[in-house]
Amino acid sequence: MVPAPWILTCVKTMPKKNLVTALNEGLRSELAENPDVVVLGEDVGRVGGVFRVTAGLQEEFGSDRVIDTPLAEGGIIGAAIGMAMYGLRPIAEIQFSDFIFPAFDQIVSEAAKYRYRSGGEFPIPMVIRAPVGGGIRGGHYHSQSPEALFIHTPGLKVVCPSNPYDAKGLLKSAVKDNDTVMFFEPKRVYRAVKMEVPDGPYEIPLSQAKVVRPGEDVTVIAWGAMLFEALAAAESAQQQGVSTEVLDLRTLWPVDVESIMQSVRKTGRVVVVHEAPKTCGFGAELLTLVSEHAFLHLQAPPKRVTGWDTPFPYRLEQEYLPLQHRILPALLETAAY
Amino acid sequence: MAAQKDTLLARYKDMFRIRRFEEEAARGYAKGKIGGFLHLYIGQESIAVGASATLKPDDYVFQTYRDHGTAIARGTSTRAAMAELYGKDPGISRGLGGSMHFFDPANGFYGGYGIIGGHVALAAGAAFKSKYKKEGTVSMCFFGEGATNIGGFHEGASLAGLWKLPMVLVCENNTYAMGTPFSRTSPVEDITKKAAGYGMASDRFDGHDVQEVEARIGAAVELARSGGGPTLIEILTYRFRGHSMSDPGKYRTSQEVEERKKRDPLKVTKTQLESLGCSEDEILALENQVEEEIADAVQFAEEAPPARHDVMERSVYAPSNYVYPPVGQP
Repeated sequence: MVPAPWILTCVKTMPKKNLVTALNEGLRSELAENPDVVVLGEDVGRVGGVFRVTAGLQEEFGSDRVIDTPLAEGGIIGAAIGMAMYGLRPIAEIQFSDFIFPAFDQIVSEAAKYRYRSGGEFPIPMVIRAPVGGGIRGGHYHSQSPEALFIHTPGLKVVCPSNPYDAKGLLKSAVKDNDTVMFFEPKRVYRAVKMEVPDGPYEIPLSQAKVVRPGEDVTVIAWGAMLFEALAAAESAQQQGVSTEVLDLRTLWPVDVESIMQSVRKTGRVVVVHEAPKTCGFGAELLTLVSEHAFLHLQAPPKRVTGWDTPFPYRLEQEYLPLQHRILPALLETAAY
Repeated sequence: MAAQKDTLLARYKDMFRIRRFEEEAARGYAKGKIGGFLHLYIGQESIAVGASATLKPDDYVFQTYRDHGTAIARGTSTRAAMAELYGKDPGISRGLGGSMHFFDPANGFYGGYGIIGGHVALAAGAAFKSKYKKEGTVSMCFFGEGATNIGGFHEGASLAGLWKLPMVLVCENNTYAMGTPFSRTSPVEDITKKAAGYGMASDRFDGHDVQEVEARIGAAVELARSGGGPTLIEILTYRFRGHSMSDPGKYRTSQEVEERKKRDPLKVTKTQLESLGCSEDEILALENQVEEEIADAVQFAEEAPPARHDVMERSVYAPSNYVYPPVGQP
């Protein structure tokens, strides 16, 4: 994985941390700041989580705040909604986003609609953390990217950081947010990227995209693990004379429309990259927004580089994922149109 | 006595085949030939083998993601199973599924499932079809103790009881749901207490003796086949390896694991064979046959062509001229 250029902007003396450590610090910091914050999920306590994101938290904050639950996603999220309704700020962990569907009913039918059905009175300030995406050959139950299902549900916010620095700051903002935030962690990045992350608390506001590589000729929009692939493709495109602007959405919904349009108005050309299947993926919505807001600025048909419209494969994972070798031709073709 | 010895030798061979298959799978995983997740059944072989011995070829079997042992006990070839782990085209799911997603209807194996508990209702559906079509077949569903806390289990068990389905629900209680012991996630220790709520029979016993497993599950299969409805069985067992290959197992002590290994189903059966007058050489001859088979399976998997893109694309939607069911199709 290529190091992101914005790493260089961090202070050199800061310790380098991976995504797991950064998230662990974010959780620890929220637990320490607010006694109403609780963490719950399968294996999150004594074991420290399937990916060790909650390691050490139960020892530090006790088993009534870092709670091991039975294997029951619907129960975990249902109980978290009840907690959130009456003043707590639960952070629920679902071990893989693919396991979230037993809880889909609670999320879509209850959490997303609670503020609405109580006449604007009862928000559900809850964070649901779940690893997403491929890259570990997990096959069809351990690799999916279901963000579009939740973006399509009014009432939910959806966040997907690409790197340790953003992850810690976004997680803290998500916990403080008064609505239910789906916090999707790219599992491929968990231990693959290390960067400088401050030890102390800091927040990154939701709904702010970030230009992580400025460019002139074409805009590529990405998030999560695919951000690094987009950056690598942008670097290759540069060697062929195409200047690519790379936008990391960070928060998928509510999306930062203005940052997208600023970039697209400048370049007139746009490529969206995501791991999820193409049809009705979030790319479809993003390109529709571009059509609505920047149609007359477009100089080339927009492109999507995505997973296939199939279940997530085991052996063929590297072909399914929209990796740099698939992104680069899309950038070049769009720029040359 | 001779018949008992021959039967037990056959059971031993079946268990030893699964054990050696998985040890080689672990080796392939360590070498990076197998990717993703690999959940080993080592220590629980007596259950797959004892249970399969009670079933007919056209009975329906559903298992969790810890599925290699049950598929092989049902008759999946070790070649096709190993090729699947390697993600190769001749694999049992054509290399599209991998370790957790074996699928072999030709041998009455209807899948490993990676989503906990949901497959209990699927197995109830298969049992319904059996009853509806008066097939005389039985649907057997395996799941872990952790699954008994999730809604999917409850919903499937409710239907099985309500419709008096020809079904056997086998809970393989291997003590840990990933890293968390059952005692910390369930208010009751005895899972079969739940059977009363579903109006079904129940049984609960230790699973290290394959003969015991066969006899006790066999009674439940008979009950189901004769129209007596489902049984919830809890078998107390133990996995000797981690939850998956990436699990260091820090939630339990090595003394605990060593203590449980004294009741290794293979060891238990070997002792029983010796007391039936079986010689070292007889057992060794069987083991050598299995060693050859597993070496062949590994070589087959190594040399097989990889999973194919066109097969994958074709596998998403059924063609309009599709004939159901696809029994016997590779």
